[in-house]
Amino acid sequence: MFDILTYPFMQYAMIAGVLVGFLASYYGVFVVQRGLSFLGDGLAHAAFGGVALGILLSVQPLWFAVPFTVIVAAGITWVRNRTHLGSDTVIGIFFALSMALGVVFLYLKTGYSVDAFNYLFGSILAVTPTDIVVIAIVVAVTLMTIPLWGRWSYATFDREMGMVDRLPVIADDYLISVLIAVTVVVSVKVVGIVLVAAFLVIPAATGRLAARTFASMTWYSIAIGILTALIGLLASFRLNLPSGATIVLTQGLVFVTAMLLTQIALTKRGKRVEAAPTPSEPIP
Amino acid sequence: MKVLDVHELCVQFSGHYILHDITCGVDEGEFLAVVGPNGAGKTTFLKAILGLVKPASGTLLVHGKTPEEMDPQWLGYVPQVKTLDRSFPALAIELVVSGIRRGWPGKIKARERETALKALEAVDAAGLANRALNSLSGGELQRVYLACSTVRKPRLLVMDEPATGIDIVAQKTLYQILDDYRKDNKLTVVMVTHDWGVAHHHATEVLVINREMIAFGLPNDVLTNEVLARAYGHAGHSMTNGLE
Repeated sequence: MFDILTYPFMQYAMIAGVLVGFLASYYGVFVVQRGLSFLGDGLAHAAFGGVALGILLSVQPLWFAVPFTVIVAAGITWVRNRTHLGSDTVIGIFFALSMALGVVFLYLKTGYSVDAFNYLFGSILAVTPTDIVVIAIVVAVTLMTIPLWGRWSYATFDREMGMVDRLPVIADDYLISVLIAVTVVVSVKVVGIVLVAAFLVIPAATGRLAARTFASMTWYSIAIGILTALIGLLASFRLNLPSGATIVLTQGLVFVTAMLLTQIALTKRGKRVEAAPTPSEPIP
Repeated sequence: MKVLDVHELCVQFSGHYILHDITCGVDEGEFLAVVGPNGAGKTTFLKAILGLVKPASGTLLVHGKTPEEMDPQWLGYVPQVKTLDRSFPALAIELVVSGIRRGWPGKIKARERETALKALEAVDAAGLANRALNSLSGGELQRVYLACSTVRKPRLLVMDEPATGIDIVAQKTLYQILDDYRKDNKLTVVMVTHDWGVAHHHATEVLVINREMIAFGLPNDVLTNEVLARAYGHAGHSMTNGLE
């Protein structure tokens, strides 16, 4: 089973999978609790605009996708903080504009582009050592921001309380958006634009089902993000299926299992409460 | 020096006065109730104290400092319970510890736990420490918020309509706890409320506003038919029924 790990491309994919699994599931807890699940989708499509521009200019797409997506993320945050428009509306506008730009850029590029297809659906074979270095840099930056977890979580719980306590809530909004944007872009090679949002949402949502505290939700999410990336990649190789889709399906399976287990636990607890005699009833 | 000293405070949004010419002051251990009709600018007044909106003119000082200059630890803030995000996974004790840290706790240290439990005990909520926030009733939640804001030993406690969303029995318990705590700790309280009865029975000073200052003074002097008719814009039946 594990002989496939001797292939360099599989090693790259596994390393990239684990790192991306960590990144997306870590930021995912903030995405889910801040009600920004749609942001992942919006940023992924913004990345498409950047990738398409890179393809059009025959430059490594990542070099355009990163700044393009970061600008879009900052733009979404800016408009959200300056207007009364809902997050979903603002994201929807930027999403559509970036996608439209991407389509125009690809149309202008003459000839069929394999690259675009790889970025849309993810390709395990396309992960290069350079990609891993880029992802590792994002992981290193993320690890440096771990001390900010408490501050970010506090403002996630109650933004106004954070502001009253003079925390840099708005600056943190930008920082988190930019880090999520970079995470989305570097994850696109492994998962694909179409499915990358699931990486941000499903592990964190599954963690939320099982957790009683935000700290445990964060840990569960990271564990689920990393494990499903590994299992999904191995399964995709064995079953000869697209890697991104297989990982997302694995995450879906874990989510459904967690959902069923929580429901069973709730039903059992409900029955116990029903079975327990109330103080006013005579105890046999 | 007054704990809260407000002088000719004006707040503007988009060129319109939300608050105009408000002057009042509160000494240590006093309880100021801010009353007025909907849209009177009560919450804006509170936000000005919290430093969330800037005055267009006039001064607002807490212990001689503007909201920007003061140490955030001086303020305890109890928001309305309805603002709680019930999807956020949290235990009551974590909320109280966040009041100490000004950040959300991961692992709670023994000393923090001890301090937080004492704060919960002081508001008769020690038994709620390990309960999930989203399983608490409005009254229980309000007491946990109170522990969260008093755990840092603030100089000024600011409460926004604390009775909203909680039943009458829980309200009475909350105000009793608040009264006892305030007297024992010489805590200064500013509370926005639409409930004149609460203002009359619990506050030591009352500020009545409707975009501008209508009256400020002792509850018996301020909560009169004449003042309330001016604030609420009509002089029909006795508005202070049951207060006098």
